[in-house]
Formats: sequence, structure tokens, C-alpha cells
Amino acid sequence: MFKFDEIQKRLFAEVANLHQVPEGAYNFRVNGQLASRNNTANIEIVSKEDGSGIDIHIKPGTVNESVHIPVVLSASGLKEVVYNDFFVGENCDVVIVAGCGIDNCGVQDSQHDGVHRFFVGKNSKIKYVEKHYGSGDGAGKRILNPVTEVHLGENSTMEMEMVQIKGVDSTNRKTLANLKADAKLFVRERLMTHGVQTALSAYHVSLDGENSGADVVSRSVAKEKSFQKLDLKIIGNAPCHGHTECDSIIMDDGKILAVPSLEANHVDAALVHEAAIGKIAGDQLIKLMTLGLTEKEAEEQIINGFLT
Amino acid sequence: MLELKNISFKVTDGNKQVDIIQNLNLTVQSKKFVVVTGPNGSGKSTLARIIAGIEKPTEGKIFLNGEDITEKNITERANLGISFAFQQPVKFKGIKVFDLLKLAAKKKLSFANACDYLAEVGLCARDYINREVNSSLSGGELKRIEIATIIARKTKLSIFDEPEAGIDLWSFQNLIGIFESMRKNISDSSIIVISHQERILNIADEIIVIEGGKVSRQGAAEEILPQIIGTDSAVQSCKKMTREA
Repeated sequence: MFKFDEIQKRLFAEVANLHQVPEGAYNFRVNGQLASRNNTANIEIVSKEDGSGIDIHIKPGTVNESVHIPVVLSASGLKEVVYNDFFVGENCDVVIVAGCGIDNCGVQDSQHDGVHRFFVGKNSKIKYVEKHYGSGDGAGKRILNPVTEVHLGENSTMEMEMVQIKGVDSTNRKTLANLKADAKLFVRERLMTHGVQTALSAYHVSLDGENSGADVVSRSVAKEKSFQKLDLKIIGNAPCHGHTECDSIIMDDGKILAVPSLEANHVDAALVHEAAIGKIAGDQLIKLMTLGLTEKEAEEQIINGFLT
Repeated sequence: MLELKNISFKVTDGNKQVDIIQNLNLTVQSKKFVVVTGPNGSGKSTLARIIAGIEKPTEGKIFLNGEDITEKNITERANLGISFAFQQPVKFKGIKVFDLLKLAAKKKLSFANACDYLAEVGLCARDYINREVNSSLSGGELKRIEIATIIARKTKLSIFDEPEAGIDLWSFQNLIGIFESMRKNISDSSIIVISHQERILNIADEIIVIEGGKVSRQGAAEEILPQIIGTDSAVQSCKKMTREA
């Protein structure tokens, strides 16, 4: 059994809330190598033959099971591209926890580009949680460029929670989805950038089947001199419902570019977008200060609430 | 005890200075329910905000139980025991009713404690505790939650800035009940309500009338109220509702 050091344990706790080995299927990747893996009767994880990543096969009818596939990088200067493909059978109900933590104390950049593809069968329900986290005080950058591709079969549902709150210097996130009839996609993205970080996050959701629907909500906070670009696009190719929302708090010398866009290619496509950028409202700070919080504490509470 | 000595508050409007509050002197004793009234624009709300530290007076001194708090900021005053309920309750994104009550109580709060505070303002905790303090709540609900945060703080001095503003008549009837109960359980604290509603003035021990940024009258409610009934300082919410209530 692979022995994790303290930094690696901390990273696993941050990205996957793991304090011990989880139940169910898992695959831990540490510094570019497989560290530990477990399969169950219904969930099989196999390494790709060319070594570029893993395939996760979830048998039809698998319910109340989970898969954890966290990745940590604690050595400076590592760069990797990993392809993880999820093949989810029909009538499943599973939780998938991914996420990547980088601790870079060195001078070279560390980078993990994870490409996740989901092929979700009919009537299946997936909850996907992905957290990204960076730490370490070296000059080397912590870079994460995840690509998530989601193919939802008829009447399937995917709920995605994408969180990147701290320590990632540069990220370029791309999420692509296409939905068949009656499929539903819910995305809750939470981003916070600080220092001179940059975060680009693009969604491209195609509602192809009748009565498909997507609700993509991004909340972000840009502090100090950081930059964010949020590019949320929904395309309605059938009678469908789509909603996107980017709601951002801007602070200090932060910069935010929100580009929500809608494309309707069918007369019964009902699409809505909302976008708002603003600083923390003064009366919110004052209210919490009248409860005895300092201005800084009030600011933290407001941001925590906003990103919850 | 709260004392305001020679308080003035000026603002600049274009090239000229406007006096909102002029050389105002005021003492609020402990164990008193005091209502500050006066016509619109008389400086009532500004006075409340000056006491809470949200506005800084141009001149004058403020003392709380003998301590000069003029230079203290909002947080320091809050921690010295001043609570302030906003005229327009503040909305948040992601902060829930329970979170706000916990911050107000400054301690770990059980569901039962939160339930007590919400019950005092006529809300069932089960329905509200996990609601976000945002515009999905009605004006009346937000107002009650605002008052619950003040109750949770249990401070020596609570200031309510026009609690009746922006709520419907039905909620107003309930609001009166909440203030009546606060009056009954005042113990050694004091309550200042900024309002020109006759039914709130009726609950007062003492009434202070502000006109043109100065105290024009101050005294026991039974003395002052008959003098101001029917003026801008003591208005009825709705004649029909008042008759039926």
C-alpha cells in the first residue's frame, strides 16, 4: 500500500474531503503515478493501455455507490495530461468525486491537465464533485487546466459542483455538454482568485433533445490583481429550457469579464441568462459590523456565504 | 444611559452646507422605551445612524454609560452594547437566517435557541432557519428577521429605525405586538424606536420630537402624545385598520 506523506494527506483532505480511505471504488494518483486503487463488484477502474489515464466502467443498475479519483501533485516541476473516461450504464445513481491538489514549494511550474469524459446511460443520475486547490510558497506556478466533457443520455441527470477557491495560479477550464431528450444538467461553479491569478472558465452546453434542460450557475470572487473570464454558453437545438447565471464579486484591483451567451435554433427553446458583477454592498458590511464583526470579518462572512 | 451632547451633522449639497442636525442634546435613561418622532426629513434616521456609528457627527459628543464613544467605530459600539435595526433590512446572497442569528448571538446557537428568537417575532424556525436572507423573503419577513437579530444580541441599547417602513398593514399589526412584548421585557436595557406611527408612540414611556434637526419636545408619553396627535409626528397607519384592530 502506498504511504502518503503529510502534504499529500492534506491535499487529499482539501480536494476530496478525504481523511481516510473511502468506501467504494477509488483511484489515487500521486505525482504522476498510481498510488492506490480499489474496484467494486459494479465499478471497475482500468488503466488505459497507452498509460494516458483511466477508464471507469460503472455497470447498469449501480445505485448508491461512489467513485473517488483524486489527484495530488506535491513535487515541483511536474507536468501531466491525464484522460479519465467514465462509462456509466443505464439506471445508475452514483456519486463521483474528482479534484486535484497541487503543493508547489519549488521554483518550477507544476501543472495537471485533467480531461474527464462522461458517457452517461439512459435514466442515470450522477452527482459529480470537483475541487481544485493549490498551496505551497515556491515561485513555481500551480496550473490546472481541466476539460470536462459530458454526454447525457435520455432522461439522465448530472449535477456538477465545481469548486476552486484557493491557490491555483492559472486555470483554463472548459466544460462541454450535450443532452439528449429529457436529460438535465445542473452546474454550480464556485471560483475565487487572488494575487495575480487568472481563471478562465468556459461552458458550452448543447440542449439537443426534446425537453432537455440546463441550469448553469457560476459564482465568483476576484480579489487583489486577479483576472477572471467567465464564458457561459447554452445552445437550444430542440424544445428545451436553459438558464445561465454568472454572479461575481469584484474586489481590490480585480478584473472580471463575463460573457454569457445564448443560441436558440428551435422556436420552442426557452433560454435565459443573467450576469452581474459588483463589489460587496456597503450596507451588507455595515449590517454585519452592527452585529459586532470587524470590517474584515464581515467581508469574509459575505464571501463565504456567497461561495457556499 | 445614552447621552448626546451638542450633536450637529452637516452635509454638503452643491456649494452650500445643510444642517441635518443642529446642536442636539438628548438623554435616554435605562429601562425606558423611547420613541423618537418628527416630520419627514427632520433628522430622525440620521440621529439613529449617528448613535450606531454609521454616520459621524460634525460636532458634539456621545456618551454610553458615561464612556465617551464619539470616536468609536460601528464594530466597537456594537461590542459595547449598541444594536441597530435597519429601516431597509439588508439582503445577502448565500447567508441564511440561521447564519445571521449565529453572528448576532456571537456564540454557537442551537436550533432551539434560534427557534426562540424567531418565535418572538412570530416566525416558525422550521420554515425559516435555512432560508437565505434574500429577496425571496417578503418585506415583513425580512423586517421580523432583522428584529430577531437584535433580540439575539441581548444588548443594553437597541435602536430601531422606522421598523414599520416598507411593510404591509397585516405585518404592521404583528409588529406592534412584538414591540409591546419588548416593552414588557425591557428589564435594565433601553430601546429607541424611530417612528411617527401613533400605535408605536402609544407603547412609549417617553417621546422625543425632533423638528428641523433639534429636539422640540421631550417628556413622558402621556404628556407629549396629546400634543402631537394629528400632526406629522403621530400618524395613523390606516384609519380603517386602526378602528378594526
